[in-house]
Amino acid sequence: MREALLLFLVVVSGTGGEICVTRAMKHVGEVKDFRPLAVARVILRAMKLPWMWIGISMMALAFFSLLAVLSIENVSFVVPVTALNYAAGALGGKFFLGERVTPRRWAGVLIVCIGVTLVWLGKR
Amino acid sequence: MTSRAGLHFKTYCMLLIMIVFAPLGNVMLGKGMKNVGTTAIWAPSELFHIAWRVFMSGYIWLGVASLLTFFVAYMLILSWADFSYVQPASSVALLVVALLGYFYLGERISPLHWAGIVIICLGVFVVGNTPPRTTEGH
Repeated sequence: MREALLLFLVVVSGTGGEICVTRAMKHVGEVKDFRPLAVARVILRAMKLPWMWIGISMMALAFFSLLAVLSIENVSFVVPVTALNYAAGALGGKFFLGERVTPRRWAGVLIVCIGVTLVWLGKR
Repeated sequence: MTSRAGLHFKTYCMLLIMIVFAPLGNVMLGKGMKNVGTTAIWAPSELFHIAWRVFMSGYIWLGVASLLTFFVAYMLILSWADFSYVQPASSVALLVVALLGYFYLGERISPLHWAGIVIICLGVFVVGNTPPRTTEGH
C-alpha cells in the first residue's frame, strides 16, 4: 500500500511537473544556440517563469517519493512502473498543452500500460 | 528557420544524452537508497536520520548529478519538441535501467517482469516514430 501511494506520487507529481516545465520552455522559445553561456542564459530566463517553479516543486516531490520507494523496492521494478507517466503524459500533452496525440501514439501508450501491468504482476 | 533534418539531428542527440544519464542516475539512487536502508516507520525523527544518511551518500550525489545532466538535456529538447513525443521516446531508458539493475545491482527479475519491460519498450517503439512537433513553434 505504501509503495503504491509513493509510486502514485512519483507518476502524478512527476508528470504534472514535466507539463509545467514544458509550458515554461515553450514560452522561452526554441533553443538554437548550444554554447554553455547561451544555454545558461536560457535556463536563467526559464527560471523567471512561475510555471518553471511550479514544475520544479512538483518534480521535487516526485523525486523524494522516488527516493523513498527506492529504499523499499528494486530499481528494476520501480522505474518500469513509473512508465505509467507515459499515459499521464499523453493525456496531459493533449488536454493541457494542446498537442495532437495521434492514434499511433495512443496505441503505444496502451502497450506501455500493458507492459507495466505485467511488470507489476511479475514482481509477485 | 530550422531545417527538418537539423531538427531531427539535435532531437536525437538530446535523446541519446537522456537515455544514458537517466538510467545511470536511477541506478545510482537505487544503490544509494539500498545502502541507506529501509525503515518501517516514517516518523519525523526517523526521517531526519534517513535524510542525513541520504545527504552523506556518494551514490546519491552521483545519481543526482546524472539526473541533472538528463534534466538539462530534457529542458533543451522540450523547447522545440512535443512533450508527448519526448517523454515516451526517452523511455528506452527503462530497458537500460532493467539491464543495469540485473547485471550491476544483481536484482532478481522474473520472466514475466522481463516480458513486461520488453512490452513497454515495444510501446515506446510504436510511439517513437511520430513527428516531434504537432503544435506551432513561437
